[in-house]
Amino acid sequence: MELLSPYPPGWGEALLIGLLHSLEIALGATCLGLLIGTAGAFGKLYGGPVVRDLLAVYTTVVRAVPELVLILLLYYAGTDLINQLLAALGYQLIDISGLAAGIAVLGFVQGAYSTEVIRGAILAVPQGQIEAARAYGMPPGLMLRRITLPAMLPFALPGLANLWLIATKDTALLAVVGFKELALTTRQAGGVTKAYLTFFLAAGVLYLIVSLVSNFLIGRVEARARRGMPSIKDAR
Amino acid sequence: MASATAPALKHTAQDGAAEAIHVENLHKKFGQLHVLKGVSLSARDGEVIAIIGGSGSGKSTLLRCINCLENPTSGIIRVNGEEIKLKADSHGHTVPADRRQIERIRSKLGMVFQNFNLWSHMTLIENVIEVPVHVLGVKRDEAIAQAEKLLARVGLAEKRDVYPAYLSGGQQQRAAIARALAINPRVMLFDEPTSALDPELVGEVLKVIGDLAREGRTMVLVTHEMKFAREVATHVVYLYNGLVEEEGPPEQIFGAPKSERLKQFIRNIG
Repeated sequence: MELLSPYPPGWGEALLIGLLHSLEIALGATCLGLLIGTAGAFGKLYGGPVVRDLLAVYTTVVRAVPELVLILLLYYAGTDLINQLLAALGYQLIDISGLAAGIAVLGFVQGAYSTEVIRGAILAVPQGQIEAARAYGMPPGLMLRRITLPAMLPFALPGLANLWLIATKDTALLAVVGFKELALTTRQAGGVTKAYLTFFLAAGVLYLIVSLVSNFLIGRVEARARRGMPSIKDAR
Repeated sequence: MASATAPALKHTAQDGAAEAIHVENLHKKFGQLHVLKGVSLSARDGEVIAIIGGSGSGKSTLLRCINCLENPTSGIIRVNGEEIKLKADSHGHTVPADRRQIERIRSKLGMVFQNFNLWSHMTLIENVIEVPVHVLGVKRDEAIAQAEKLLARVGLAEKRDVYPAYLSGGQQQRAAIARALAINPRVMLFDEPTSALDPELVGEVLKVIGDLAREGRTMVLVTHEMKFAREVATHVVYLYNGLVEEEGPPEQIFGAPKSERLKQFIRNIG
Protein backbone atom coordinates (compact mmCIF):
# COMPACT_ATOMS: atom_id res chain seq x y z
CA MET A 1 0.00 0.00 0.00
CA GLU A 2 2.93 2.32 0.67
CA LEU A 3 3.64 1.97 -3.04
CA LEU A 4 0.58 4.17 -3.67
CA SER A 5 1.69 6.85 -1.24
CA PRO A 6 1.85 10.27 -2.86
CA TYR A 7 5.35 10.79 -1.46
CA PRO A 8 8.44 9.14 -2.97
CA PRO A 9 9.24 6.32 -3.15
CA GLY A 10 5.43 5.93 -3.53
CA TRP A 11 3.98 6.30 -7.04
CA GLY A 12 0.75 8.00 -5.97
CA GLU A 13 1.77 11.43 -7.16
CA ALA A 14 2.86 10.12 -10.55
CA LEU A 15 -0.47 8.35 -10.98
CA LEU A 16 -2.41 11.50 -10.11
CA ILE A 17 -0.34 13.55 -12.53
CA GLY A 18 -1.06 10.92 -15.17
CA LEU A 19 -4.75 11.20 -14.41
CA LEU A 20 -4.54 14.97 -14.67
CA HIS A 21 -2.92 14.68 -18.10
CA SER A 22 -5.60 12.23 -19.19
CA LEU A 23 -8.34 14.60 -18.07
CA GLU A 24 -6.68 17.58 -19.75
CA ILE A 25 -6.61 15.73 -23.04
CA ALA A 26 -10.12 14.35 -22.69
CA LEU A 27 -11.52 17.77 -21.84
CA GLY A 28 -9.64 19.52 -24.62
CA ALA A 29 -10.53 16.86 -27.16
CA THR A 30 -14.21 16.90 -26.17
CA CYS A 31 -14.39 20.69 -26.46
CA LEU A 32 -12.67 20.63 -29.84
CA GLY A 33 -14.88 17.72 -30.88
CA LEU A 34 -18.02 19.66 -29.89
CA LEU A 35 -16.95 22.64 -31.98
CA ILE A 36 -16.19 20.46 -34.99
CA GLY A 37 -19.33 18.42 -34.37
CA THR A 38 -21.64 21.44 -34.17
CA ALA A 39 -20.17 22.97 -37.30
CA GLY A 40 -20.18 19.58 -39.01
CA ALA A 41 -23.82 18.88 -38.13
CA PHE A 42 -24.97 22.25 -39.45
CA GLY A 43 -22.83 21.78 -42.54
CA LYS A 44 -24.36 18.39 -43.21
CA LEU A 45 -27.91 19.62 -42.66
CA TYR A 46 -27.84 23.07 -44.22
CA GLY A 47 -24.63 23.21 -46.27
CA GLY A 48 -24.25 23.11 -50.02
CA PRO A 49 -23.44 19.90 -51.91
CA VAL A 50 -19.65 20.39 -51.72
CA VAL A 51 -19.69 20.96 -47.96
CA ARG A 52 -21.95 17.96 -47.45
CA ASP A 53 -19.72 15.69 -49.52
CA LEU A 54 -16.56 16.80 -47.72
CA LEU A 55 -18.19 16.21 -44.35
CA ALA A 56 -19.43 12.80 -45.46
CA VAL A 57 -15.86 11.86 -46.37
CA TYR A 58 -14.61 13.16 -43.01
CA THR A 59 -17.13 11.30 -40.85
CA THR A 60 -16.89 8.12 -42.91
CA VAL A 61 -13.11 7.92 -42.98
CA VAL A 62 -12.58 8.86 -39.34
CA ARG A 63 -15.19 6.41 -38.13
CA ALA A 64 -13.92 3.65 -40.43
CA VAL A 65 -10.26 3.72 -39.35
CA PRO A 66 -9.29 2.28 -35.94
CA GLU A 67 -8.52 5.10 -33.54
CA LEU A 68 -5.12 3.69 -32.66
CA VAL A 69 -4.11 3.81 -36.33
CA LEU A 70 -5.46 7.34 -36.66
CA ILE A 71 -3.50 8.45 -33.63
CA LEU A 72 -0.25 7.01 -34.93
CA LEU A 73 -0.93 8.43 -38.37
CA LEU A 74 -1.96 11.89 -37.30
CA TYR A 75 0.61 12.17 -34.54
CA TYR A 76 3.70 11.17 -36.54
CA ALA A 77 2.58 12.10 -40.03
CA GLY A 78 0.81 15.22 -38.77
CA THR A 79 3.79 16.68 -36.89
CA ASP A 80 6.05 15.71 -39.76
CA LEU A 81 3.78 17.47 -42.22
CA ILE A 82 3.65 20.62 -40.13
CA ASN A 83 7.43 20.70 -39.75
CA GLN A 84 8.00 20.11 -43.48
CA LEU A 85 5.58 22.92 -44.19
CA LEU A 86 7.40 25.20 -41.74
CA ALA A 87 10.77 24.24 -43.25
CA ALA A 88 9.50 24.92 -46.75
CA LEU A 89 8.31 28.34 -45.66
CA GLY A 90 11.65 29.01 -44.00
CA TYR A 91 10.47 28.92 -40.41
CA GLN A 92 12.17 27.13 -37.57
CA LEU A 93 11.07 23.64 -36.79
CA ILE A 94 8.88 23.34 -33.73
CA ASP A 95 8.46 20.61 -31.21
CA ILE A 96 4.74 19.98 -30.92
CA SER A 97 3.85 19.17 -27.33
CA GLY A 98 2.28 15.81 -26.63
CA LEU A 99 -0.64 17.57 -24.98
CA ALA A 100 -1.46 19.74 -27.99
CA ALA A 101 -1.02 16.84 -30.41
CA GLY A 102 -3.16 14.57 -28.25
CA ILE A 103 -5.96 17.11 -28.01
CA ALA A 104 -5.83 17.78 -31.74
CA VAL A 105 -5.84 14.11 -32.72
CA LEU A 106 -8.54 12.93 -30.30
CA GLY A 107 -10.57 16.11 -30.97
CA PHE A 108 -10.47 15.35 -34.67
CA VAL A 109 -11.79 11.84 -34.01
CA GLN A 110 -14.41 13.06 -31.50
CA GLY A 111 -15.56 15.65 -34.01
CA ALA A 112 -16.63 12.97 -36.48
CA TYR A 113 -18.73 11.14 -33.90
CA SER A 114 -20.14 14.39 -32.45
CA THR A 115 -21.19 15.50 -35.92
CA GLU A 116 -23.53 12.54 -36.17
CA VAL A 117 -24.82 12.82 -32.59
CA ILE A 118 -25.61 16.52 -32.99
CA ARG A 119 -27.06 16.06 -36.46
CA GLY A 120 -29.47 13.48 -35.08
CA ALA A 121 -30.38 15.77 -32.18
CA ILE A 122 -31.11 18.72 -34.46
CA LEU A 123 -33.34 16.49 -36.57
CA ALA A 124 -35.25 15.56 -33.41
CA VAL A 125 -36.14 19.20 -32.63
CA PRO A 126 -39.77 19.86 -33.60
CA GLN A 127 -39.46 21.84 -36.83
CA GLY A 128 -42.25 24.15 -35.74
CA GLN A 129 -39.99 25.70 -33.10
CA ILE A 130 -37.35 26.53 -35.70
CA GLU A 131 -40.06 27.84 -37.99
CA ALA A 132 -41.43 30.07 -35.25
CA ALA A 133 -37.96 31.57 -34.80
CA ARG A 134 -37.79 32.26 -38.53
CA ALA A 135 -41.29 33.71 -38.57
CA TYR A 136 -40.31 36.28 -35.95
CA GLY A 137 -37.30 37.49 -37.91
CA MET A 138 -34.47 35.91 -35.93
CA PRO A 139 -31.14 36.10 -37.77
CA PRO A 140 -29.40 32.72 -38.21
CA GLY A 141 -26.75 33.23 -35.50
CA LEU A 142 -29.28 34.28 -32.89
CA MET A 143 -31.58 31.42 -33.82
CA LEU A 144 -28.70 28.95 -33.41
CA ARG A 145 -27.79 30.31 -29.98
CA ARG A 146 -31.25 30.93 -28.56
CA ILE A 147 -33.40 28.24 -30.15
CA THR A 148 -31.68 25.43 -32.07
CA LEU A 149 -28.84 24.58 -29.66
CA PRO A 150 -30.88 24.65 -26.43
CA ALA A 151 -33.73 22.76 -28.10
CA MET A 152 -31.48 20.01 -29.46
CA LEU A 153 -29.42 19.62 -26.27
CA PRO A 154 -31.75 17.16 -24.49
CA PHE A 155 -31.56 14.86 -27.53
CA ALA A 156 -27.78 15.21 -27.91
CA LEU A 157 -26.72 14.81 -24.27
CA PRO A 158 -26.94 11.02 -23.90
CA GLY A 159 -24.82 10.55 -27.02
CA LEU A 160 -22.39 13.32 -26.08
CA ALA A 161 -22.05 11.88 -22.57
CA ASN A 162 -21.03 8.58 -24.13
CA LEU A 163 -18.44 10.39 -26.23
CA TRP A 164 -17.02 12.13 -23.16
CA LEU A 165 -16.66 8.87 -21.25
CA ILE A 166 -15.05 7.23 -24.26
CA ALA A 167 -12.70 10.21 -24.56
CA THR A 168 -11.52 9.82 -20.96
CA LYS A 169 -10.50 6.25 -21.77
CA ASP A 170 -9.24 6.92 -25.30
CA THR A 171 -6.52 9.03 -23.75
CA ALA A 172 -4.89 5.71 -22.86
CA LEU A 173 -4.28 5.20 -26.60
CA LEU A 174 -1.87 8.12 -26.50
CA ALA A 175 0.49 5.92 -24.51
CA VAL A 176 1.61 4.47 -27.85
CA VAL A 177 3.11 7.82 -28.81
CA GLY A 178 4.81 8.10 -25.43
CA PHE A 179 2.47 10.60 -23.79
CA LYS A 180 2.59 10.12 -20.05
CA GLU A 181 -1.06 9.77 -19.19
CA LEU A 182 -2.59 7.50 -16.59
CA ALA A 183 -2.21 4.16 -18.43
CA LEU A 184 1.44 4.62 -19.36
CA THR A 185 2.33 5.84 -15.86
CA THR A 186 0.58 2.82 -14.39
CA ARG A 187 2.55 0.45 -16.60
CA GLN A 188 5.81 2.15 -15.69
CA ALA A 189 5.02 2.02 -11.99
CA GLY A 190 4.16 -1.64 -12.32
CA GLY A 191 7.30 -2.32 -14.30
CA VAL A 192 9.56 -0.70 -11.78
CA THR A 193 7.99 -2.17 -8.65
CA LYS A 194 6.61 -5.41 -10.12
CA ALA A 195 3.38 -4.66 -8.22
CA TYR A 196 1.29 -4.77 -11.41
CA LEU A 197 -1.94 -5.81 -9.72
CA THR A 198 -1.79 -2.98 -7.20
CA PHE A 199 -1.19 -0.30 -9.79
CA PHE A 200 -3.69 -1.52 -12.38
CA LEU A 201 -6.32 -1.81 -9.66
CA ALA A 202 -5.49 1.70 -8.54
CA ALA A 203 -5.75 2.99 -12.12
CA GLY A 204 -9.05 1.16 -12.51
CA VAL A 205 -10.39 2.88 -9.41
CA LEU A 206 -9.29 6.27 -10.75
CA TYR A 207 -11.06 5.65 -14.09
CA LEU A 208 -14.15 4.53 -12.19
CA ILE A 209 -14.15 7.68 -10.07
CA VAL A 210 -13.89 9.80 -13.21
CA SER A 211 -16.89 7.98 -14.69
CA LEU A 212 -18.97 8.29 -11.53
CA VAL A 213 -18.27 11.99 -11.12
CA SER A 214 -18.98 12.52 -14.83
CA ASN A 215 -22.29 10.69 -14.56
CA PHE A 216 -23.33 12.85 -11.66
CA LEU A 217 -22.45 16.10 -13.44
CA ILE A 218 -23.99 15.01 -16.74
CA GLY A 219 -27.16 14.07 -14.88
CA ARG A 220 -27.35 17.61 -13.52
CA VAL A 221 -26.80 19.12 -16.94
CA GLU A 222 -29.37 16.84 -18.50
CA ALA A 223 -31.98 17.70 -15.88
CA ARG A 224 -31.39 21.36 -16.66
CA ALA A 225 -31.55 20.80 -20.46
CA ARG A 226 -34.79 18.84 -20.12
CA ARG A 227 -36.39 21.46 -17.88
CA GLY A 228 -39.29 22.09 -20.26
CA MET A 229 -40.04 18.42 -20.80
CA PRO A 230 -42.31 16.41 -18.56
CA SER A 231 -40.80 13.21 -17.17
CA ILE A 232 -41.59 10.30 -19.45
CA LYS A 233 -42.73 8.37 -16.40
CA ASP A 234 -45.78 10.64 -16.34
CA ALA A 235 -46.72 9.43 -19.79
CA ARG A 236 -46.85 5.75 -18.92
CA MET B 1 -61.38 45.71 -53.05
CA ALA B 2 -62.46 49.01 -51.54
CA SER B 3 -63.62 48.59 -48.01
CA ALA B 4 -66.69 50.62 -48.92
CA THR B 5 -68.16 47.27 -49.84
CA ALA B 6 -67.61 46.09 -46.25
CA PRO B 7 -70.72 46.04 -44.08
CA ALA B 8 -71.51 48.79 -41.62
CA LEU B 9 -68.46 48.70 -39.47
CA LYS B 10 -68.27 46.19 -36.74
CA HIS B 11 -64.60 47.20 -36.78
CA THR B 12 -62.49 50.22 -37.47
CA ALA B 13 -61.55 49.50 -41.09
CA GLN B 14 -61.98 52.74 -42.95
CA ASP B 15 -61.90 54.07 -46.45
CA GLY B 16 -58.46 55.23 -47.32
CA ALA B 17 -56.78 53.27 -44.54
CA ALA B 18 -53.24 52.33 -45.49
CA GLU B 19 -52.72 48.97 -47.09
CA ALA B 20 -50.86 46.76 -44.61
CA ILE B 21 -50.61 43.73 -46.85
CA HIS B 22 -50.80 43.55 -50.60
CA VAL B 23 -50.43 40.31 -52.51
CA GLU B 24 -50.62 40.30 -56.29
CA ASN B 25 -50.77 37.44 -58.74
CA LEU B 26 -49.02 35.01 -56.37
CA HIS B 27 -47.91 31.66 -57.73
CA LYS B 28 -46.45 28.81 -55.69
CA LYS B 29 -45.26 25.49 -57.05
CA PHE B 30 -43.94 22.59 -54.99
CA GLY B 31 -42.11 20.66 -57.70
CA GLN B 32 -44.84 19.68 -60.16
CA LEU B 33 -47.62 20.66 -57.80
CA HIS B 34 -49.09 24.07 -58.62
CA VAL B 35 -50.58 25.11 -55.29
CA LEU B 36 -51.29 28.81 -55.87
CA LYS B 37 -52.18 29.85 -59.39
CA GLY B 38 -52.26 33.61 -59.28
CA VAL B 39 -53.87 34.82 -56.05
CA SER B 40 -54.30 38.45 -55.04
CA LEU B 41 -55.16 39.67 -51.58
CA SER B 42 -55.24 42.97 -49.76
CA ALA B 43 -55.57 43.91 -46.11
CA ARG B 44 -55.99 47.52 -45.06
CA ASP B 45 -55.35 48.71 -41.53
CA GLY B 46 -58.12 47.51 -39.26
CA GLU B 47 -59.42 44.89 -41.66
CA VAL B 48 -59.89 41.26 -40.71
CA ILE B 49 -59.44 39.01 -43.72
CA ALA B 50 -60.64 35.44 -43.35
CA ILE B 51 -59.31 32.91 -45.84
CA ILE B 52 -61.48 29.83 -46.14
CA GLY B 53 -61.39 26.82 -48.43
CA GLY B 54 -61.16 23.08 -48.52
CA SER B 55 -58.14 20.97 -47.72
CA GLY B 56 -55.42 21.48 -50.32
CA SER B 57 -56.93 24.71 -51.62
CA GLY B 58 -53.70 26.57 -50.82
CA LYS B 59 -54.98 28.76 -48.01
CA SER B 60 -52.18 27.97 -45.54
CA THR B 61 -49.58 28.28 -48.28
CA LEU B 62 -50.94 31.72 -49.16
CA LEU B 63 -50.63 32.86 -45.56
CA ARG B 64 -47.13 31.42 -45.21
CA CYS B 65 -45.99 33.19 -48.37
CA ILE B 66 -46.83 36.57 -46.83
CA ASN B 67 -43.86 36.31 -44.44
CA CYS B 68 -41.84 34.08 -46.77
CA LEU B 69 -42.00 30.97 -44.61
CA GLU B 70 -42.73 29.56 -48.03
CA ASN B 71 -40.99 31.34 -50.86
CA PRO B 72 -43.46 32.24 -53.61
CA THR B 73 -42.59 31.04 -57.10
CA SER B 74 -43.64 34.38 -58.56
CA GLY B 75 -45.78 37.35 -57.67
CA ILE B 76 -45.62 40.56 -55.67
CA ILE B 77 -45.89 40.83 -51.88
CA ARG B 78 -45.92 44.20 -50.15
CA VAL B 79 -45.99 44.62 -46.38
CA ASN B 80 -46.54 48.17 -45.12
CA GLY B 81 -45.98 49.32 -48.68
CA GLU B 82 -42.54 47.71 -48.82
CA GLU B 83 -42.15 45.13 -51.55
CA ILE B 84 -40.32 41.93 -50.58
CA LYS B 85 -37.30 41.63 -52.83
CA LEU B 86 -37.06 38.18 -54.38
CA LYS B 87 -34.41 36.61 -56.56
CA ALA B 88 -33.73 33.26 -58.21
CA ASP B 89 -31.10 31.10 -56.53
CA SER B 90 -28.67 28.77 -58.33
CA HIS B 91 -31.35 26.06 -58.55
CA GLY B 92 -33.88 28.41 -60.07
CA HIS B 93 -35.93 28.62 -56.84
CA THR B 94 -37.21 32.00 -55.82
CA VAL B 95 -35.74 33.13 -52.50
CA PRO B 96 -35.66 36.43 -50.60
CA ALA B 97 -32.94 38.62 -52.05
CA ASP B 98 -32.18 40.48 -48.85
CA ARG B 99 -32.10 38.48 -45.62
CA ARG B 100 -32.17 41.60 -43.46
CA GLN B 101 -35.21 42.96 -45.25
CA ILE B 102 -37.14 39.74 -44.76
CA GLU B 103 -36.13 39.60 -41.08
CA ARG B 104 -37.27 43.17 -40.58
CA ILE B 105 -40.61 42.50 -42.27
CA ARG B 106 -41.14 39.29 -40.33
CA SER B 107 -40.57 41.08 -37.03
CA LYS B 108 -43.65 43.19 -37.80
CA LEU B 109 -45.92 40.25 -38.52
CA GLY B 110 -47.25 38.31 -35.54
CA MET B 111 -47.61 34.72 -36.67
CA VAL B 112 -49.77 32.22 -34.79
CA PHE B 113 -49.40 28.60 -35.87
CA GLN B 114 -51.75 25.66 -35.94
CA ASN B 115 -49.42 23.73 -33.61
CA PHE B 116 -48.56 26.71 -31.34
CA ASN B 117 -44.80 26.20 -31.80
CA LEU B 118 -43.89 27.70 -28.46
CA TRP B 119 -40.21 27.22 -27.60
CA SER B 120 -40.25 24.23 -25.29
CA HIS B 121 -37.10 25.12 -23.31
CA MET B 122 -38.55 28.48 -22.23
CA THR B 123 -41.29 29.35 -19.76
CA LEU B 124 -44.27 31.32 -21.02
CA ILE B 125 -42.83 34.66 -19.93
CA GLU B 126 -39.49 33.77 -21.57
CA ASN B 127 -41.33 32.83 -24.77
CA VAL B 128 -43.14 36.15 -24.80
CA ILE B 129 -40.08 38.36 -24.14
CA GLU B 130 -37.72 36.41 -26.43
CA VAL B 131 -38.32 38.34 -29.65
CA PRO B 132 -38.73 41.80 -28.07
CA VAL B 133 -35.48 41.43 -26.12
CA HIS B 134 -33.27 39.60 -28.62
CA VAL B 135 -34.61 40.74 -31.99
CA LEU B 136 -36.18 44.12 -31.34
CA GLY B 137 -33.76 45.28 -28.63
CA VAL B 138 -36.35 46.15 -25.98
CA LYS B 139 -34.94 46.41 -22.44
CA ARG B 140 -35.49 43.26 -20.47
CA ASP B 141 -37.51 44.72 -17.58
CA GLU B 142 -39.71 46.68 -19.98
CA ALA B 143 -40.29 43.53 -22.01
CA ILE B 144 -41.18 41.59 -18.87
CA ALA B 145 -43.64 44.26 -17.72
CA GLN B 146 -45.33 44.22 -21.11
CA ALA B 147 -45.29 40.42 -21.31
CA GLU B 148 -47.00 40.19 -17.91
CA LYS B 149 -49.78 42.45 -19.17
CA LEU B 150 -50.18 40.38 -22.32
CA LEU B 151 -50.26 37.10 -20.42
CA ALA B 152 -52.84 38.57 -18.06
CA ARG B 153 -54.86 39.66 -21.04
CA VAL B 154 -55.03 36.12 -22.47
CA GLY B 155 -55.80 34.80 -18.98
CA LEU B 156 -52.44 33.20 -18.23
CA ALA B 157 -50.95 35.60 -15.68
CA GLU B 158 -50.46 32.90 -13.07
CA LYS B 159 -48.81 30.54 -15.60
CA ARG B 160 -45.94 32.89 -16.41
CA ASP B 161 -43.22 30.57 -15.10
CA VAL B 162 -44.65 27.33 -16.47
CA TYR B 163 -43.15 25.47 -19.44
CA PRO B 164 -45.42 24.98 -22.46
CA ALA B 165 -45.46 21.18 -22.21
CA TYR B 166 -47.35 21.43 -18.92
CA LEU B 167 -50.25 23.39 -20.44
CA SER B 168 -53.34 22.47 -22.41
CA GLY B 169 -53.48 23.18 -26.13
CA GLY B 170 -55.82 26.09 -25.58
CA GLN B 171 -53.49 27.62 -23.01
CA GLN B 172 -50.50 27.13 -25.29
CA GLN B 173 -52.29 28.78 -28.18
CA ARG B 174 -53.30 31.74 -26.01
CA ALA B 175 -49.67 32.07 -24.93
CA ALA B 176 -48.63 31.93 -28.59
CA ILE B 177 -51.02 34.81 -29.27
CA ALA B 178 -49.42 36.77 -26.41
CA ARG B 179 -46.00 36.06 -27.95
CA ALA B 180 -47.23 37.42 -31.29
CA LEU B 181 -48.73 40.53 -29.66
CA ALA B 182 -45.48 41.22 -27.80
CA ILE B 183 -43.77 42.38 -30.99
CA ASN B 184 -46.52 44.97 -31.42
CA PRO B 185 -47.24 43.61 -34.88
CA ARG B 186 -48.60 45.62 -37.75
CA VAL B 187 -50.59 42.56 -38.83
CA MET B 188 -51.49 39.33 -37.06
CA LEU B 189 -51.33 36.18 -39.16
CA PHE B 190 -53.30 33.17 -37.93
CA ASP B 191 -52.71 29.79 -39.58
CA GLU B 192 -55.69 27.61 -38.55
CA PRO B 193 -55.22 28.55 -34.89
CA THR B 194 -57.89 26.20 -33.56
CA SER B 195 -57.46 23.17 -35.83
CA ALA B 196 -55.18 21.28 -33.45
CA LEU B 197 -57.36 21.88 -30.38
CA ASP B 198 -59.85 19.69 -28.60
CA PRO B 199 -63.36 20.96 -29.32
CA GLU B 200 -63.92 22.20 -25.77
CA LEU B 201 -60.76 24.35 -25.95
CA VAL B 202 -61.62 26.09 -29.23
CA GLY B 203 -63.89 28.63 -27.60
CA GLU B 204 -61.27 30.15 -25.27
CA VAL B 205 -58.89 30.77 -28.19
CA LEU B 206 -61.59 32.18 -30.48
CA LYS B 207 -62.63 34.56 -27.71
CA VAL B 208 -59.11 36.00 -27.53
CA ILE B 209 -58.89 36.35 -31.33
CA GLY B 210 -62.37 37.88 -31.44
CA ASP B 211 -61.39 40.50 -28.85
CA LEU B 212 -58.39 41.44 -30.97
CA ALA B 213 -60.58 41.80 -34.05
CA ARG B 214 -63.02 44.01 -32.18
CA GLU B 215 -60.29 46.37 -31.04
CA GLY B 216 -59.29 46.97 -34.63
CA ARG B 217 -56.24 44.74 -35.07
CA THR B 218 -55.37 44.06 -38.67
CA MET B 219 -55.51 40.33 -39.15
CA VAL B 220 -55.31 37.66 -41.80
CA LEU B 221 -56.91 34.48 -40.57
CA VAL B 222 -56.96 31.05 -42.17
CA THR B 223 -59.73 29.13 -40.49
CA HIS B 224 -62.25 26.32 -40.63
CA GLU B 225 -64.49 28.01 -38.08
CA MET B 226 -67.13 29.42 -40.43
CA LYS B 227 -69.37 30.84 -37.73
CA PHE B 228 -66.41 32.66 -36.25
CA ALA B 229 -65.23 33.95 -39.64
CA ARG B 230 -68.71 35.33 -40.26
CA GLU B 231 -68.68 37.10 -36.89
CA VAL B 232 -65.29 38.77 -36.97
CA ALA B 233 -64.18 39.10 -40.60
CA THR B 234 -64.60 42.26 -42.63
CA HIS B 235 -63.76 40.40 -45.80
CA VAL B 236 -63.85 36.71 -46.66
CA VAL B 237 -61.78 35.04 -49.38
CA TYR B 238 -62.81 31.59 -50.59
CA LEU B 239 -59.95 29.70 -52.21
CA TYR B 240 -60.54 26.74 -54.46
CA ASN B 241 -57.74 24.78 -56.09
CA GLY B 242 -55.20 27.59 -55.86
CA LEU B 243 -57.44 30.41 -57.08
CA VAL B 244 -59.79 32.89 -55.45
CA GLU B 245 -63.16 31.42 -56.35
CA GLU B 246 -65.22 34.09 -54.61
CA GLU B 247 -64.64 36.90 -52.14
CA GLY B 248 -66.63 39.60 -50.43
CA PRO B 249 -68.14 40.69 -47.14
CA PRO B 250 -69.13 37.78 -44.87
CA GLU B 251 -72.87 38.41 -45.25
CA GLN B 252 -72.55 37.88 -48.97
CA ILE B 253 -70.15 34.92 -48.81
CA PHE B 254 -72.15 33.01 -46.22
CA GLY B 255 -75.62 34.49 -46.87
CA ALA B 256 -75.75 34.67 -50.63
CA PRO B 257 -72.87 32.76 -52.20
CA LYS B 258 -72.80 32.92 -55.99
CA SER B 259 -70.36 30.16 -56.89
CA GLU B 260 -71.63 26.59 -57.00
CA ARG B 261 -68.45 25.34 -55.32
CA LEU B 262 -68.76 27.82 -52.47
CA LYS B 263 -72.42 26.87 -51.97
CA GLN B 264 -71.43 23.23 -51.75
CA PHE B 265 -68.49 24.01 -49.45
CA ILE B 266 -70.73 25.89 -47.04
CA ARG B 267 -73.33 23.11 -47.14
CA ASN B 268 -70.70 20.48 -46.36
CA ILE B 269 -69.13 22.46 -43.53
CA GLY B 270 -72.40 23.64 -42.01
